[in-house]
Amino acid sequence: MRSVLWFVGRKLAGMLATILVASVVIFGALYLAPGDPASLLAGGRQVSPETMAAIRAQYHLDEPFWAQYWHWLAGLLTGDPGTSMVLKEPVTTLIMSRLPTTLLLVAYAGTLILIVGVVLGVLAGIGGRIADTALTLGTTVLMAAPAFVAAILLIWLFATKLSWFPVYGSGEGFGDRIYHLTLPALALSGGYLAYVSRITRTEVRAELAADHVAAARARGLPGWSVLRRHVLRNAAPPILAVSGVTVAGLFAGTAVAEQAFGVSGLGSLLVQSAARQDLVVVQVLSLLLVAAFVVVNMLVDLVNAILDPRLVKEKS
Amino acid sequence: MTSPLLEFQNLRMAIGDRPILREVTLSVAAGEAVGLVGESGSGKSMTVKSVVRLLPSAASVSGAVLFEGTDVNALGPKELRRLRSRDVAMVFQDPRATVNPVHTIGHFLTEVLRDQGMSRSEALRKVGGLLADVGVDRVERRLRQRPHELSGGLLQRVVIAAALATEPKLILADEPTTALDVTTQEEVVAILDEQRHRRGTALLFISHDLELAAAVCDRIAVMYAGEIVEILPAARLHEDARHPYTRALLRSRPGTVAPGERLETVPGTPQSAADAPAGCVFADRCPQAEKDCRTTRPVLLPLGTGLAACHLLERNA
Amino acid sequence: MTVLALAFPKKLARIPWVPAIAGAVCAIAVLVAVLAPWLAPHDPNAVDPLNAYAAFSPEHPLGTDDLGRDLLSRLIMGSRTSLAGPLIVVLAAGVAGTALAISAAWFGGWFDAAVSRVLDILFAFPGLVLAITVAAIFGAGFVAPVVALSVGYLPMIARVMRAAALRERSLPYIEALRVQGFSGWHICRRHLLPNLAPLLVVQAAIGFGYAMIDLASISFLGLGLQPPAADWGLMIANGQPSILAGFPQQSLEAAIAVVITVVAFTVVAERLAERFGGGVR
Repeated sequence: MRSVLWFVGRKLAGMLATILVASVVIFGALYLAPGDPASLLAGGRQVSPETMAAIRAQYHLDEPFWAQYWHWLAGLLTGDPGTSMVLKEPVTTLIMSRLPTTLLLVAYAGTLILIVGVVLGVLAGIGGRIADTALTLGTTVLMAAPAFVAAILLIWLFATKLSWFPVYGSGEGFGDRIYHLTLPALALSGGYLAYVSRITRTEVRAELAADHVAAARARGLPGWSVLRRHVLRNAAPPILAVSGVTVAGLFAGTAVAEQAFGVSGLGSLLVQSAARQDLVVVQVLSLLLVAAFVVVNMLVDLVNAILDPRLVKEKS
Repeated sequence: MTSPLLEFQNLRMAIGDRPILREVTLSVAAGEAVGLVGESGSGKSMTVKSVVRLLPSAASVSGAVLFEGTDVNALGPKELRRLRSRDVAMVFQDPRATVNPVHTIGHFLTEVLRDQGMSRSEALRKVGGLLADVGVDRVERRLRQRPHELSGGLLQRVVIAAALATEPKLILADEPTTALDVTTQEEVVAILDEQRHRRGTALLFISHDLELAAAVCDRIAVMYAGEIVEILPAARLHEDARHPYTRALLRSRPGTVAPGERLETVPGTPQSAADAPAGCVFADRCPQAEKDCRTTRPVLLPLGTGLAACHLLERNA
Repeated sequence: MTVLALAFPKKLARIPWVPAIAGAVCAIAVLVAVLAPWLAPHDPNAVDPLNAYAAFSPEHPLGTDDLGRDLLSRLIMGSRTSLAGPLIVVLAAGVAGTALAISAAWFGGWFDAAVSRVLDILFAFPGLVLAITVAAIFGAGFVAPVVALSVGYLPMIARVMRAAALRERSLPYIEALRVQGFSGWHICRRHLLPNLAPLLVVQAAIGFGYAMIDLASISFLGLGLQPPAADWGLMIANGQPSILAGFPQQSLEAAIAVVITVVAFTVVAERLAERFGGGVR
């Protein structure tokens, strides 16, 4: 029990340290850029001296770096990350209005990856040559297409040939959103899905060949039990680890998928804010995406430790 | 004599066109312990695995493996499961590799019982008693532990307990102590021997160690290159062993010569069924081999207290 | 870290003729990029509105875009930035990553621990997010994303190189050289580095495919090169409105160019990895 607590504690500490360092880097990047931070924060455009003064006051730009950083971090933690100088809207409002769409998109793509990817991988793993070859061919095609290429192909297909799914916009209400997010989720998940199904297939194959599976068969357990409790259960940790990393990566991938399909989410907000050089928004969003990436990775590590208790022992 | 519990009748096996077993004929009576001894690659594991049909998918089998008079190769999936889960239990070589590492010991022990419809509490009570029988202490705690928390010897005792749990008629033990420390080997073998005797369970014990097999078995079958070359009572092993291979094996054991003298070895390297000669499988390495040994295959013939397959012995008899 | 796996050509790389074709594709791509100004049949920026969305013809083998610019010429010219970007990224990340890895392995102790910790933290920055953030600060263009990705790819290469350098360093011949009184600098440069070079080449070749996809993504998002530059990622994005009008060729041709180049480079990388060790993962 102590080793478990120690394991969780170390993971949590590592995660917090990473996010903390990331926040310093992201905030400090402002000072790497040429020019006056105040005018950068104003979006690089000419503003009145009063606005400049307001920015200086809000960001405590006259104080030392660490004090500035501290004010910024404290603002983030208390839920007040500032106001976009370009859009003249609080960052919180900007993020909150787009967060549900992005979470839905990530959840949609993640579900596709986990369910379709794992099911296909298991089928190819336990199936015969034909199933295996079919999977290899299918995944090779999927993996060759990065998200933006997949997006272009989907738009071409569904805008001009088939009109099953909308190729633009975020939709209103849950059902309509799901409907609108189908193509973005497909574009986002394609390569990852193929990758996860490949890994699943390999892991299932490896477990099927393992001695303990032969032993379970020799004990006369029903085939389904052997598959579920010995093959799939044991293949789960590595599959989950890979899936987790891919799902964490989805947050970064939303930038491409949302931008390509005109979905109004955090990814497209990041891209558009970057194009407008709206640093106030970009800093918060990139920290948020890094944090999401790190948190998902840590959750995967923890779930894996529960599934395979040997991990706790080995690493501590 | 009543029909034996287990009987191999002219069992042959090949993977593709590579022979694994050339001809195995052997029986195990109810409650009897038979030791199957041979070098690695001689086909002893495959012989044992054929009882529960745990063979590579590419294997082709001819001949018969009869369990209580029924050919196991003719069993349907349901009967095969019944055979595996109730009538026969298997103890493998390396408990680390053959016990699923992610489940608890309790789960491992009760899995088959639960599948047979026993309630969880009853199954736990039963395997708890069995663990105590095989000399595992702190049973309650062990049931909650996982394989990696137990030593190899302890884990193999758990495997033996699991084998006993379904009250099988036959236990197949495939080199059950090879993966263990020398010091724990004897304990594990002693426990297996004691529990089997107490329950009257038959045992097919595979080993590369003649003396070890002789210590726990009633009869010894010596295997070489996919064929059984000699069968004899374990108690008469040293006195009655006649086949040149068995005798060579006996001479190559430490303790057979005075300290300081050079230990004899079996000349040549172990062969498998695929590269052994067409006649007597041992002809290439036999110091007394004659011309027809290489071309004509000897059959197992009664000889003294046992059976042996050797032209030289036939002639001298 | 880019998670999109390019592990797929592993099997392809084992079929005998596939690496040869992939190698030829890579060589052609590089040649085209070098000789682009002489190969392009038209001025890639010559606008001809009357000839917009022209179909395939001897004059315009791959058609024209919405402004009537010759797509073949734009693809050929676009290969320059599309290949140079990832090349700079893997060179910069390779050199810096290897230097860091060798020093960490050589000095060990707290320095090694600190380097490893920093690499772990850098790993948490998805390359794409890093590039977008840097583009926001320094402005869109060619330089900012390339610099950002160089930093983003550093941990991937440095991690592998550090592990290899540690292994190499523990070999007896290093000890022997030290006994002979050679300086650490000399041993690292003359002995460690040459022995690690094949692995570095493999890592760089693998990274090239990833970097190409990431840079094309940045261009696609409008944060890389700006119009009217001819760059594959940018061409895909610029062609997107035309798809809805029923003229997908600009986007599709550029997308195919990206995919073929990435696959070819990755197949070659896998082949190298098979020969020298150290593949993906």
